[in-house]
Amino acid sequence: MVHATLLLASTRPTWPDILVFAASAAVILVGAVGVVTSRNPVHAALSLVMTLFGVAVLFIEQEADFLAAVQIIVYAGAIVVLFLFVIMFLGVDRAEDISVEPLMGQRPLAFVFSAITLGGVLAMAATAHWVTGARQVVGPIEGHVAGPNSPAGEPAQLGKQLFTTYLFAFEATAALLVIAVVGAVVLARRPPTVHAEQEDTTDSELSA
Amino acid sequence: MSLSGAWYLGLAAIVFTIGAIGLMVRRNVLIMFMCIELMLNAANLTFVTFARMLHDIGGQAVVFFVLVVAAAEVVVGLGIVVTNFRRRATTVADDLDSLKG
Repeated sequence: MVHATLLLASTRPTWPDILVFAASAAVILVGAVGVVTSRNPVHAALSLVMTLFGVAVLFIEQEADFLAAVQIIVYAGAIVVLFLFVIMFLGVDRAEDISVEPLMGQRPLAFVFSAITLGGVLAMAATAHWVTGARQVVGPIEGHVAGPNSPAGEPAQLGKQLFTTYLFAFEATAALLVIAVVGAVVLARRPPTVHAEQEDTTDSELSA
Repeated sequence: MSLSGAWYLGLAAIVFTIGAIGLMVRRNVLIMFMCIELMLNAANLTFVTFARMLHDIGGQAVVFFVLVVAAAEVVVGLGIVVTNFRRRATTVADDLDSLKG
């Protein structure tokens, strides 16, 4: 059994690693709590950016440099900007009152059940091995893709696996993105049966 | 050498729990979406951690797909929110009670 010994044979972490993990963990947790407790949606979106940056740092710490870049570009650069755009577009960037509890007893129950689930997961993980199974089924994280002069490193391996092992899933995501774009266009379009002059009265009637 | 994977997985579990609590407690649809993003990020962190622990690129490939699905989900979800806002002028989930008997 090679994998069990290899998993345990990791060397002792150096203090910069501990410092980086502690700092990014603090950033992630503060951001996550900020998303949940912010009364203003804009503040929640900015807290989300904070969490995403922390996760990107932990990606770099774990040899996933390419994914860290993608995380910043796609999440912080596209998804959060989309959130902020919708918040500003709808004009809902006002603080809301979250002190009232719309459903009686829901918050305590949510905390209790979440704490039970989290405690169960952590207790189960503390008493068992975090990870079991064969190592390097798909491919190594780093290394040359083909020959000694070919591209090396983690992005090269990721690209190779995306276009060989995960080719079908990759094509399926292409179809998914096209469907999402079509869906967004259909949702954003106003109904064609309503004429321009009738539209104002209809809108005011609906909002009244 | 980085810290052992248990630290990362524990952190991911905590972040996932915070996201789940937010999804259950908050009523603003936009913030509920952000909590879903938190949970997806926690899952991504576990995938990258397992990729490092098993030294397998497969975990990172899955993260790539999760990112794509998250982007598609946000696009369609926010489209629904905007469409709904045009009709009802609200982003609070409790106000969407047309089907209530």
